[in-house]
Amino acid sequence: MATVELAGKSLEVDADGNLANRADWDKEVAQAIAKEEGIEELNERHWLVIDFMRNVFEEKGDAPSIRKLTKESGVDTKELYALFPKGPAKKAARIAGLPKPKGCI
Amino acid sequence: MRKLVILGAGTAGTMMLNKFNSILDKSEWQITIVDQFETHYYQPGFLFIPFDIYTRKDVEKPKRDYFPAGSNVIMSKIDKIEPAENRVLLSNGQVLEYDYLIIATGAKINPDETEGMNAELWHKTIFDFYTVEGAVALRDYFKHWKGGKLVVNISEMPIKCPVAPLEFVFLADAYFTERGMRDKVEIHFVTPLPGAFTKPKASSILGDILNKKNIKLTTEFNIARVDNDNNKIVSWDETEVEFDCLITIPTNMGDDVIERSGMGDELNFIPTDKQTLMAKGYKNIFVIGDATDLPSSKAGSVAHFQSDILQENFLDVVDGREPSHKFDGHANCFIESGFGKGILIDFNYDTEPLPGKFPLPGIGPFSLLEETKMNHYGKIMFRWMYWNSLLKGQELPIESHMSMAGKRL
Repeated sequence: MATVELAGKSLEVDADGNLANRADWDKEVAQAIAKEEGIEELNERHWLVIDFMRNVFEEKGDAPSIRKLTKESGVDTKELYALFPKGPAKKAARIAGLPKPKGCI
Repeated sequence: MRKLVILGAGTAGTMMLNKFNSILDKSEWQITIVDQFETHYYQPGFLFIPFDIYTRKDVEKPKRDYFPAGSNVIMSKIDKIEPAENRVLLSNGQVLEYDYLIIATGAKINPDETEGMNAELWHKTIFDFYTVEGAVALRDYFKHWKGGKLVVNISEMPIKCPVAPLEFVFLADAYFTERGMRDKVEIHFVTPLPGAFTKPKASSILGDILNKKNIKLTTEFNIARVDNDNNKIVSWDETEVEFDCLITIPTNMGDDVIERSGMGDELNFIPTDKQTLMAKGYKNIFVIGDATDLPSSKAGSVAHFQSDILQENFLDVVDGREPSHKFDGHANCFIESGFGKGILIDFNYDTEPLPGKFPLPGIGPFSLLEETKMNHYGKIMFRWMYWNSLLKGQELPIESHMSMAGKRL
């Protein structure tokens, strides 16, 4: 398994480049991954989505799809794409320290 | 008497009916299958209709021709599944109680999911080829088309037969070349994926083929709406792609009955154990084919591989054992690439499509991820196998579990 430098720590990542161990995640790590994804500063709306994703994962064992995000997170599709350009579900999952959502094949 | 009910008589449901009809003891089991439509479609054939290679007749047969004699068939829409009560309510008023249920209600396109899709241009300059109506309308349109911007767009994943859109652009390249008007047609493949296909190796090889055929590729395009006034598709981040003729693969969703029954996810696909094929949270419900939420391809070959696993696990469960067989996500797809050639890919949950050879005793080997005439014949042969062996639940010469034999890492 590959190792990357994030927020001054050496962390293991999976084949998709997502954190391999959820215990390695914290807010600094999230901010560092966000930078890699081209998001300079995580704001309140980003965090709302990230927290929602982590809660769903905790409950279901899989990161939510974009449709579930739109339906249940309180952030609509348009804004999700503005917050996490190109692939909101995939990007937000990575920043949230979760594996890539199963639906993103 | 124990009761097995199968919902849906498409590819997967028909296979399961044929298998269990010949295995289960008729003095102990009553098998019932439910479907609302009389016609069985060979869906892989839809792709060939716009290019006048297949006609409607090649892809349609009566469902009844594929049911074993004496089958208990109910032609009705399904109103609701009530899993807590072990029963199914039909729209014709009948109530079906079951001991075991197999859900094979499939997936279908839903153009209404995208703003402006199912509007004034639908089946005029915007077409799908996932329904026989769409494919036939497109054939008639292509016949008289003078050329322009041809855009093929996947709305969102997952879709049935994820290689079909690529096959479509390959065949379009061949079709317009053969008609001497390729220089008048700009072919543009627009996908939400980061590359030409879902997995890295295949994506790179298929991307090169697109390039070689002069087909433009736009990736990571997530469609938000169709602009009918200006002939454009617009993504959520406001990227625009102009078209003269748009071929859309609309959002694919499970059947509405799954939503009415409260058994599906956001796309009405049923949460299913990816190895045992049992519906999550239920001890007497199996799910097969396009109706599942599995991360395997939605395709007939996949449903066929699943059917062998489902059969074994069903026999375990009805005898009070734990399901012992594991589905590995095996898919085997012939990709038609135009000019009488094809490409073969073979993969599963863990192994992406790899180059190499695919051994097949007596017929093969086929070449993997490479354009050959042999692979085209494989594709043509598959239609015969589909009608004559696969639907009848017979063995095919390809194993249910993927094999690494011949593959190059």
